[in-house]
Amino acid sequence: MPTTSVLHRLGAGAKLWGLCACSLALLAVSTPTGVGAAVVGVVALYAVARLGPRALWSQVRPLRWFVPVVVAVQWATLGPVSAAVLTTRLVALVALAGLVTLTTPTSLLLDALERGLHPWRRLGVDAERAALVLALAVRSVPVLAALAGGVRDAQRARGRERDVRAFAVPLVVGALRQADALGEALRARGLDD
Amino acid sequence: MTEATGPTGTGTRTASRALDAADAARVATFAALIAVLGMPGSLSLFGNAVPITLQTLGVMLAGAVLGARRGALAVLTLLALVAAGLPLLAGGRGGLGVFAGPSAGYLVGFVAGAFVVGLLVERLRRVTFLGVLLAALVGGVGVVYACGLPVQALVTGVPLTQTAWLSLAFLPGDLLKALACAGVTVAVARAYPAALRSRTRED
Repeated sequence: MPTTSVLHRLGAGAKLWGLCACSLALLAVSTPTGVGAAVVGVVALYAVARLGPRALWSQVRPLRWFVPVVVAVQWATLGPVSAAVLTTRLVALVALAGLVTLTTPTSLLLDALERGLHPWRRLGVDAERAALVLALAVRSVPVLAALAGGVRDAQRARGRERDVRAFAVPLVVGALRQADALGEALRARGLDD
Repeated sequence: MTEATGPTGTGTRTASRALDAADAARVATFAALIAVLGMPGSLSLFGNAVPITLQTLGVMLAGAVLGARRGALAVLTLLALVAAGLPLLAGGRGGLGVFAGPSAGYLVGFVAGAFVVGLLVERLRRVTFLGVLLAALVGGVGVVYACGLPVQALVTGVPLTQTAWLSLAFLPGDLLKALACAGVTVAVARAYPAALRSRTRED
């Protein structure tokens, strides 16, 4: 994995603002030439980041079921040219956003997010507390995945695999116990002082 | 066990922080819960042939159990992690691409939806199946689609009416999840009395 390109080194905040601006500009483009230029631009940016077609595909892959359906509807309602333009624009938008994800580590994006929250302090936004919640949430994902696995095994043992309630009720109660124990632990460490 | 002492005792006293320790823990845990409910295999329908996940159930439950503000914050926390690149959305999706794609409006709708579900459940005199069902239908289905459809129509260029027809495919699943949300919330409130803390706080 090459990790050194101009795009990798660019600050996370700059990339996010750039993405916002480019996305808005792209949404205003509705001509075949304009969208064609946008595609060339996006592919060029992937090349600058030294990312290959495989990386590009990994970002637009979630659209693979959606695009055929939408193209069919667009073709029927708006005609083939509009269908091609609009769908290409959509894929380009997703690819562009994916480029920021590919060239920026999660931790740097979270840091940028926290910095972005600081100016909102006057409105009662607590950036430090937000960062804590994000870190706790990351840590809670494997804990709750394990909890869900345990509940599912118990459910299977009793032959109630299709019962959503038999799965969700113990999971939610377990999550609440987990959360309230965690809250107690945080409070005991003086988080509310 | 811990009884209700810890969870009920906090909250009112610490006004200095917008989100006290107990709230922060619940918000973070429910963000993770919504992510886990979006993982495949949390519901096996026809031997996992149909990739249905319970993520939207998680969104409705966050609102119903945590209340409007914390429920919306839990969803927002999940979305922040997704935006930062973690593949926590249903189907292992993640990254900024999901906010540029046709699903962007639904993601915003999740936040608004959890808030509205919470708002409605908080206003219930008693947590009943019908009451929570109504809240889940209005917030978890109505508000989510109201936010999602216009954005999907804008991003794809397909007129709103056709977009709505396309999305009908997801409606039965979401209605079932609203039913599940009502059943689960009532059962959780019974099994863990401190669950719906937001309701008992003013008492």
